[in-house]
Amino acid sequence: MSVLPQETTVSASSSTAAAETRAAKLMKRRSRIRFYEIIVWIAAIAAYFLLPSKMLILTEIAILALFAVSLDLVLGFAGIVSLGHTAFFGLGAYVAGLMALHFIAEPVTGLIVAGITSGVLGLLTSFLILRGSDLTRLMTTLGIGLMMAEVANQMAWLTGGADGLSGFSPGPILGMFEFDLFGKVGYLYCVGVLFIGTMIMRRIAFSPFGLSLKAIKGNPMRSAMVAVPGRKRIVTAYTIAAVFAGMAGALLTQTTAFVSPDVLAFHRSADVLLVLVIGGTGYLYGGIFGAILFTLVKDWLSVITPQYWMFYIGLLLVILVLIGRDRLSRWVEYLPERFSKKEDR
Amino acid sequence: MLTILFDGIAYGMLLFILACGLTVTLGLMNFINLAHGAFAMAGGYVTVVMMNRYGISFYWCLPAAFIVSALIGLVLERTLYQWLYQASHLDQVLFSIGIVFMAIAATDYFMGGQQQLINLPPELSGRMDVFGVGIGRYRLFTIIICAVLAVALQLILSKTRFGSRLRAAVDDRRVAMGLGINVPLVFALTFAFGSGLAGLGGAMGAEILGLDPNFPLKFMIYFLIVVSVGGTSTVSGPFLAALLLGIADVAGKYYVPAIGPFVIYALMIVMLIVRPNGLFSRGGR
Amino acid sequence: MSEIVLETRNLVRRFGAFLATNDVSLKVERGARHALIGPNGAGKTTLINLLTGVLPPSEGQVFLEGEDITSMASFRRVKRGLTRTFQINQLFNEFTPLETVALAIAEREGVGHNLWRSIAGYGKVIDEAAALLARFGLSSVMGERTVILPYGKQRLLEIALAFASKPRVLLLDEPAAGVPEDERHEVLQIVADLPADVTVLLIEHDMDLVFSFANRISVLVAGAVFVEGTVAEISTDPRVKAVYLGENA
Ligand SMILES: Nc1ncnc2c1ncn2[C@@H]1O[C@H](COP(=O)(O)OP(=O)(O)OP(=O)(O)O)[C@@H](O)[C@H]1O
Ligand SMILES: [Mg+2]
Repeated sequence: MSVLPQETTVSASSSTAAAETRAAKLMKRRSRIRFYEIIVWIAAIAAYFLLPSKMLILTEIAILALFAVSLDLVLGFAGIVSLGHTAFFGLGAYVAGLMALHFIAEPVTGLIVAGITSGVLGLLTSFLILRGSDLTRLMTTLGIGLMMAEVANQMAWLTGGADGLSGFSPGPILGMFEFDLFGKVGYLYCVGVLFIGTMIMRRIAFSPFGLSLKAIKGNPMRSAMVAVPGRKRIVTAYTIAAVFAGMAGALLTQTTAFVSPDVLAFHRSADVLLVLVIGGTGYLYGGIFGAILFTLVKDWLSVITPQYWMFYIGLLLVILVLIGRDRLSRWVEYLPERFSKKEDR
Repeated sequence: MLTILFDGIAYGMLLFILACGLTVTLGLMNFINLAHGAFAMAGGYVTVVMMNRYGISFYWCLPAAFIVSALIGLVLERTLYQWLYQASHLDQVLFSIGIVFMAIAATDYFMGGQQQLINLPPELSGRMDVFGVGIGRYRLFTIIICAVLAVALQLILSKTRFGSRLRAAVDDRRVAMGLGINVPLVFALTFAFGSGLAGLGGAMGAEILGLDPNFPLKFMIYFLIVVSVGGTSTVSGPFLAALLLGIADVAGKYYVPAIGPFVIYALMIVMLIVRPNGLFSRGGR
Repeated sequence: MSEIVLETRNLVRRFGAFLATNDVSLKVERGARHALIGPNGAGKTTLINLLTGVLPPSEGQVFLEGEDITSMASFRRVKRGLTRTFQINQLFNEFTPLETVALAIAEREGVGHNLWRSIAGYGKVIDEAAALLARFGLSSVMGERTVILPYGKQRLLEIALAFASKPRVLLLDEPAAGVPEDERHEVLQIVADLPADVTVLLIEHDMDLVFSFANRISVLVAGAVFVEGTVAEISTDPRVKAVYLGENA
């Protein structure tokens, strides 16, 4: 306030005080827990009891959701369009498989190691996306994704090549909870990791760091002019996103006891983009809503047209863009914000 | 050694023809069209169907591939693409990935998922020996056609009225409109022409690159490399980039087969870091 | 003799063959109220872009408080106390004014990298943001999305945002352009009330405003410094009049 030397009159200072109160209130409101957040987690638990025969697809949703939420940090917050996010997912999947195969069968350890490994790859490759335009970023992320797929393919002695990795079975979680045949434990495990991951990213979203990411996305030139060190922030965000993408990959490995080279396939990077676009970017839960919708639609399509569901996914993408995905994904804003009704603005 | 160089040049020339339409849409119209390979694939399949089902001569197939792909391009541009010129890059990416997926699934549905083979006319198949260098006749044919096309392209862009209109339309849409240039028409024709060239490339490349429904995805990265490394301000930039890529790829696969594809990805990433605006772009900006 | 805080040496910027900045050597003293005037397209905005690192110069150097900052990233220059406003608003459309200003204050206070604590927990930052917005008459809209604000309010936010970084050197690119008549005076009053040790470089087309505000004026024509002097010298210089009449009338 020292910039503003003459804040002396009574009316000025009282209106300033009123402004401060309102500002504090508005800021608290920003990060308040929304109605739909509670619904999501209640539904996740309820599904466990109500849909015991659907554990596998629910698990798939939880994994895809974590993957998509991690991409949201890069795309929805920092505004970086990545075509190679599956590089981190796939790396995490392989690392978790190799851990279980050669070292420790305990899943949480594998999960953490996979997250760290992917994070390291994220950190290293983040420097490649700092320069250039959207196009060069697309290219580099795509290139990194393809390179990882090629590495996995070539290092068959380690990764099993085209056959993938199998022959391992994850041990009990933390030495206590054995995976069961119906995938119930696996589901709870994945939902647990998704919950923790989402909560961590949620904290990040509402921190000054999260705000600065959105500023970089909104207007990079101006964000630099308010002293935001854009590159550093992007490196950090990209690395964190890579950690969670790696963990999502690890979850897939651990719940299926198999790693297929498909974890690095290009279509996965495209799928996860689609997931986010369906659910909406920039508020994290878009990844979760999108994963639910996407998986259900894909499941339904692969039943009615097992070979050509890709066509309809493509059609969905085209229609989504033509209609205007902003308009579509704005539906979240119409959800009630909290339980009590009226709220001053 | 020289044979590899020669094959690499043929491959690179082909890549240039395939990608140069993308140079225009991407570089000049600023549209990230990841579906460019789908137009090339269309040309390839036109050739396959005409030759294998109806026994039409290969030489007739090439112009037909051009025309069919150009028409598809024209129709799609008018109905879909034109609405997205102003859209965000993310939208363009999603949209064109959607087109790719549809093209792949539709091709698979109609033509099956197997590799398509064509029988080249006898005078184009086999090798001949020139000063001890084994030269594939078809590759020589490819080089000649592509070189002619590259020169023609350069002339069209720099010498004709259409070229100057295109450049004007791209430089400043509004000013060009004010000058009475029908910008949407120029864009549509350019897009169609670029798609046609891709189709031609796809037809000629069926022999060298192979052809199956995954073609658009498999070669997407190659096209993007040509454009992003070559830059978009000239015809010669992408041309050189395509040659370099072709030679590097063929040589890489021959000498270090284990890490073949690796070489080009690594090369691309290094180039993008060193010269984010393209290898041959005029610096500054 | 007071010290030079901002200096350019033989600064050149080309766009293709076009010389937008032509060998500009400028010295701005601490606490100066320095005005930069010149006809449209003279290269004023380009010069500000070169000073703030939005554009790299083709040749020449920029010094801030004696240090060569020619190749320093924009955000570092801001951290060292050099900031600006934009002639055309550069705001965060989806942010509220409160978020916008709070971000700048958080970065200035060095807490912008914190990714664990909610920004709502930084009471001091938010209080300061609220006070700043109140000062610019933006309290009533502090919770609206910027993009839906009327242009005048956006303009005020543009200037408030530069203030949020507490610059020691402030570059204002036609700050009053587009501000509603009744708020125009207030904006310039706020600028005039800046502490005496804050250096201001002002671009403005309104000569009366320039003559009442500035103590030193540089006239830019076709990218080069045409003349430089005190208000008295410039206001009576017939060549300056000729430049303006020739270009604008
Ligand atoms: N990015 C750019 N590329 C090409 N030319 C540019 C670019 N930016 C500015 N110019 C040119 O440089 C010249 C100077 O522009 P500048 O915006 O600095 O002028 P100005 O003095 O701020 O004018 P005004 O009073 O209208 O704001 C203009 O002729 C403009 O067309
Ligand atoms: Mg200007």
